Amino acid sequence: MVAKAVWRPDIKELARIEGQKRPVESGHRLCAGCGAGIIIRQIAMAARKPLVWINATGCVEVATTIFPYTSWNIPWAHNAFENAAAVGSGVEAARKKLARVNRFDGDPDVELDYDVIVLGGDGGTYDIGLQAISGAFERRHKIMYVLYDNEAYMNTGIQRSGGTPFGARTTTTPVGKVIKGKPLFKKPIMDIMVAHGIPYAATVSPAYWNDALVKFRKGFEAEGPAFIHAFSTCPLGWGSAPEDTVKIMKLAVETCVFPLYEVVDGEYRLTGPSVSIAKNPDRKKPVEEYLKLQGRFRHMFKPENKWMIEKFQEWVDRQWETLLKKAGY
Amino acid sequence: MVVQKLVSQTMMALNGDEAVAWAVKQSNVDVVAAYPITPQTIIVERISEFVHNGEVDMEFIRVESEHSALSASWGAALAGARAFTATAANGLALMWEILYITASTRTPVVMAVVNRALSAPINIHNDHSDSMGARDSGWIQIYSEDAQEAYDNTIMAFRIAEEAMLPVMVTLDGFTISHTLQNVSVLPDEVVSNFVGIRKIPRIKLPHIYGEKEIPLMLNPKYPISFGPLDLFDYYFEHKVQQNEAMKASIPIIEKVHREFAEISGRSYEPVHMIPYKTEDADVVLLGLSSTMSVVRKVVDELRSEGKKVGAIRLRVFRPFPADMIRKELSKISTVGILDRSLSFGAEGGPVFMEVRSALYSSSSKPTVYDYVYGLGGRDLPPKLIKKAFNELLEAREEPEKPVIKYLGVRE
Repeated sequence: MVAKAVWRPDIKELARIEGQKRPVESGHRLCAGCGAGIIIRQIAMAARKPLVWINATGCVEVATTIFPYTSWNIPWAHNAFENAAAVGSGVEAARKKLARVNRFDGDPDVELDYDVIVLGGDGGTYDIGLQAISGAFERRHKIMYVLYDNEAYMNTGIQRSGGTPFGARTTTTPVGKVIKGKPLFKKPIMDIMVAHGIPYAATVSPAYWNDALVKFRKGFEAEGPAFIHAFSTCPLGWGSAPEDTVKIMKLAVETCVFPLYEVVDGEYRLTGPSVSIAKNPDRKKPVEEYLKLQGRFRHMFKPENKWMIEKFQEWVDRQWETLLKKAGY
Repeated sequence: MVVQKLVSQTMMALNGDEAVAWAVKQSNVDVVAAYPITPQTIIVERISEFVHNGEVDMEFIRVESEHSALSASWGAALAGARAFTATAANGLALMWEILYITASTRTPVVMAVVNRALSAPINIHNDHSDSMGARDSGWIQIYSEDAQEAYDNTIMAFRIAEEAMLPVMVTLDGFTISHTLQNVSVLPDEVVSNFVGIRKIPRIKLPHIYGEKEIPLMLNPKYPISFGPLDLFDYYFEHKVQQNEAMKASIPIIEKVHREFAEISGRSYEPVHMIPYKTEDADVVLLGLSSTMSVVRKVVDELRSEGKKVGAIRLRVFRPFPADMIRKELSKISTVGILDRSLSFGAEGGPVFMEVRSALYSSSSKPTVYDYVYGLGGRDLPPKLIKKAFNELLEAREEPEKPVIKYLGVRE
């Protein structure tokens, strides 16, 4: 169950919070235009309590904690690639026990009233980390798992993952003479996570900050595990201009490549611009507009590969129709 | 050596797994994360019973794999809890990556490893291929001889881990110890509780961030610390050397905790790292680990009654390896046999053999060392085979030209 009173972020208040306690200091090594940096800040802005942050191996981990430096103003831990949700389970269990017995009562240097946030990329979530997340969700640990989906193994140099979309060029799905980019579609990660019967799941595009903040807050407020699928543009991996990051994150929603919705106790509800597209189908933009800003799809615009754009569009349409039905349209 | 008992203890009929579970129950453990695997399963089952009957206040995470068992234990320990897990064989192999991470981040997790053969072929019975495979992962390794020692070692392990800031692996032989009922002297709950105490969080200084203030070394919003960063070629090497120093520094800690435990239990394991038996005037010695050594001592007694000067050494602490003590103890022995319950394929001998012979290389008197690989996959090592080994060693004193690796109990 999610708390009834919905938090409405106030931009002035947010500016004040952000100025007071940045989750990650400037000077980190995230690329210009990286979506993950925006997601981290939005999560921290939406937090209702102090956070303990568990990170899977990936871009965020590597770019923010090159010893002897750390960018984090939040207690932060990284163990391995595939086990962030299991580590989060352990932290949450420890917090519960230590708070129950008032272990640090009288010690002003320890705070136990915190939320546990687990952050992983698409590789650490769709692929290698799936088992640990599934286990943590089945056991109902009160953690919020955020997937920042930049749609490939970007940390190791742009290899395909279970989250890489159809047609995308990666170094392990190159545009060859016979096979052009990734021949397969994305794994339905939201369906898989929702199937666990968790109290809260949502998609967010950081471009729609208001929608994203409300959802992150709801995830923290959920009585049990929450899953947030955050769309995260990667200029380096996608061959897009850093200044187009927000534009691409918007276009993904406007083309229904990445619709915005939430699933509260199993009930689907569209949010933000996805609602207006559902009501006014004319507003749904063609996928070309999204694809053309990214080098990873460039080959699809050659005349002989036009079928790829059509196939991509068909997939998007089918996914969107299915979602509309689930959301009661 | 037995010192005077200071408290009355209860004699319970427990198998080794139950003895470990009992020690966990008494040791103020906050979080247990574990996955069942034969022959460790009884540990998980007994702890579940304690939790479900309200006999102990802990969070028990029934994880979906051993990989997650150790990962969750690590997270719990980092968040300030005393954490325990248990596994065997393939389960330990599945944890392999996290074994290294747990040790390298100096996280005091305690784990019982119920020794079992590694696949393939799949085999549920005892040998040491699992924990020997983990010998370089940075964990302290203590090998138990029986259920009593499994109980004692588990209690002591929490103190050792937290003082040394290193994870500790307590091993017990699958089925031989884990499933065999034995009389175990169990200390009163409050005595164990007082001995281990509640986990204390070490405090550290991070002057460039928090000035001179000492802050708790844990995940804590009051004083955020980043654990597990990226460490490139400019620091990684130094950190590994520091980790090695921490292993060496744990030797006196292990001894101290054993002495203090002897004071409350009356059970002393002096000289802690290795226990010699009738070695003073021995011509030949068999050195090995775990439950096998109780049979070896019996054979020593028999051969002594026949006038043969034989002795035995049981190695209790394999990591950190007590090389100085081994050198000292074996310097006066001319011929030594090593009992290895695992193989290192393609190597000159098993892991214990390589370690011992390497230690002896810097000794002025170099004993001849033979390796007896035995008991793989639970194969029995009856006294007559131990006798055979001793007799071979006695012969080899005269004519030391036999092959280095021998197999005891294998069909040829």
